[in-house]
Amino acid sequence: MPDKKIRVLIAKPGLDGHDRGAKIIARALRDAGMEVIYTGLRQTPEMIASAAVQEDVDVIGLSILSGAHNTLCPRLMNLLREKGMNDVTVLIGGIIPEADIPALRKAGIAEVFLPGTTTQSIVDFIRNRIVAPAHGL
Amino acid sequence: MSQDLKPHAIATFEAERKPSAAEREWEEKTLRPTLEKSGERPADFTTISSYPIRRLYTAADLPDWNPERDLGYPGQPPYTRGIHSTMYRGKLWTMRQFAGFGTAEDTNARFRYLLSQGQTGLSVAFDLPTLMGYDSDHALSEGEVGKCGVAISSLADMEVLFDQIPLGDVTTSMTINSPAAAIWAMYLAVAEKQGADWKKISGTIQNDILKEYIAQKEYIYPPEPSMRLVIDTFEFGAKHTPKFNSISVSGYHIREAGSTAIQELAFTLRDGIEYVEWGMRRGLDVDDFVPRISFFFNAHSDFFEEIAKYRAARRIWYKTMRERFGAKSARAWALRFHTQTAGCSLTAQQPYNNVVRTALQALAAVMGGTQSLHTNSLDEAWALPTEFAATLALRTQQIIAHESGVTNTGDPLGGSYFVEALTDEVERGAWDYIEKIDALGGMVAAIERAYPQREIAEAAYKYQMAVDSKEKIVVGVNNYVSQEKPLDTLQIDETVATRQADRLRKLRADRSNDEVERRLKALRKAAAGTENTMPYLYEAVKAYATLGEICDAMRDVFGIYEEVAVT
Repeated sequence: MPDKKIRVLIAKPGLDGHDRGAKIIARALRDAGMEVIYTGLRQTPEMIASAAVQEDVDVIGLSILSGAHNTLCPRLMNLLREKGMNDVTVLIGGIIPEADIPALRKAGIAEVFLPGTTTQSIVDFIRNRIVAPAHGL
Repeated sequence: MSQDLKPHAIATFEAERKPSAAEREWEEKTLRPTLEKSGERPADFTTISSYPIRRLYTAADLPDWNPERDLGYPGQPPYTRGIHSTMYRGKLWTMRQFAGFGTAEDTNARFRYLLSQGQTGLSVAFDLPTLMGYDSDHALSEGEVGKCGVAISSLADMEVLFDQIPLGDVTTSMTINSPAAAIWAMYLAVAEKQGADWKKISGTIQNDILKEYIAQKEYIYPPEPSMRLVIDTFEFGAKHTPKFNSISVSGYHIREAGSTAIQELAFTLRDGIEYVEWGMRRGLDVDDFVPRISFFFNAHSDFFEEIAKYRAARRIWYKTMRERFGAKSARAWALRFHTQTAGCSLTAQQPYNNVVRTALQALAAVMGGTQSLHTNSLDEAWALPTEFAATLALRTQQIIAHESGVTNTGDPLGGSYFVEALTDEVERGAWDYIEKIDALGGMVAAIERAYPQREIAEAAYKYQMAVDSKEKIVVGVNNYVSQEKPLDTLQIDETVATRQADRLRKLRADRSNDEVERRLKALRKAAAGTENTMPYLYEAVKAYATLGEICDAMRDVFGIYEEVAVT
């Protein structure tokens, strides 16, 4: 049986248009053999949660640089729980003050990747995390 | 373009290069034994844009160089050496620190502090809802109010922002694009209330919608109506505000999105060409409106590549204005630009290193002949700057201006084999891109085909791979790493959004809503027709229509733009 690819949704919530990071991560994960869906800009938490259900993803990667993470992330996590997506791994990358990280983790964010993170370490994190036998990886 | 204005042939390749007898002798007798004995470091001798740099530059790298033609003198074509004959001996650049956060009151206090510290011009950073044309109480504004800049939802906010700041005396730059015409109308209304003469006020609205589609992505309407709004401001400005720059054609954001130096230069100048073409199609005279077009470049970390970029920019614009558009006035030929040090080069790790990076980048901007400069603060990889960090950034400029000695003479690097050769090569690289975009049918057409977006994404990815593989070293990030304690950063008061919402509620209760409705209706009608929208925007803001209401009125007419994302 062929291995099922890890499915990742890369999303840009909020009004910010700085998409350099999101696009680089999307390409790096794709180059690492994952199935990547990029939402494009200005997605509300509702749009992201719906896309995650529809695309049946294993991982959601949020790129946030605007300072809106404390508002947007808990809302997305609640919506995912409402939709029964309890197993999805949610990651954030961007400009996140260290003081905000404990609350984000408490809200259910699996990992926060700060500036200077290599693309390989994100690939490794996802591969180590997504080891469900169904995925054969 | 005529042959004599083409950049002269450059001996890029070893085979075409004709070193002198003395240089060959140096290679044989001095260089070769050293290379054989100890070689060179296993480093990548390329610029940060991955442009290869030779071991040594000599006269052989400038075979057809004609200093009278290619270099000239400051204040004279082709402006390689700068646009003023006395350069910084006559007048220093404007020290213009970009600032904005929280409410209009918060930012007004920061502005007045910066002016008291010797800053010579203002520069407004707006928050994301304002940049996207939403009021602070719109659903999509949640979590974003006052975060990346100041929240401005109406003329009432603008009045507070410039309270006790005489607009007749200071020059103000406003980083606003899609809603630029409306925000500018608010600024003009404040100026009028203060009794400042429109003919004398000066400053800049960024108003560069093309780079929004290319890089920064804060667009509202599709390209065609957006360009029409830009040309409306050109036309209005040429008539009413002869000292106000109606656009700042920006490479800064293109570079921040990951472009190379040559791409930044080429896409920005090609954007400039697009605006000139649209202005001429409106019937404007190039010699009237082009002098109010200013530029905005990034100052990245590769010192010489940046200096070459600024020098090449002036030469290309001069040739373009004269040859392509037939401009006759020297004011249309001379490219004026603002510079900001590279935000994307700042590291979250070891943030104090950013002071050094910024100083070097600022020095490149000054040695490249900038007209105004923003230096980033050391904490900006984490948050908007604290007052301490913003002051240190301003002091950095003052040290360059008054202590380094680089301001004593015009174009201090002029005549350097390396700088002249690199200037020529950067220029040639930019012309290649400009010709490609011409062939695609211009910048709007190229954007619709995602050509610049793809080129930038490719360069950004390549650079990230070079950093990940340590081919490019970033101190404190992929080498020389150390533990450190977190920095104290600026906290944005979470009550900003509720304070703004209260203010908007009060505004909507106090103003004449009938008047607002009438003004918005007139604006919709003008937008649907071909009249200049500026007078209608001005009347709407004076009636205290909110930014969101104004932008919605135009959304109704123009529709909205959604990009096809390139990854």
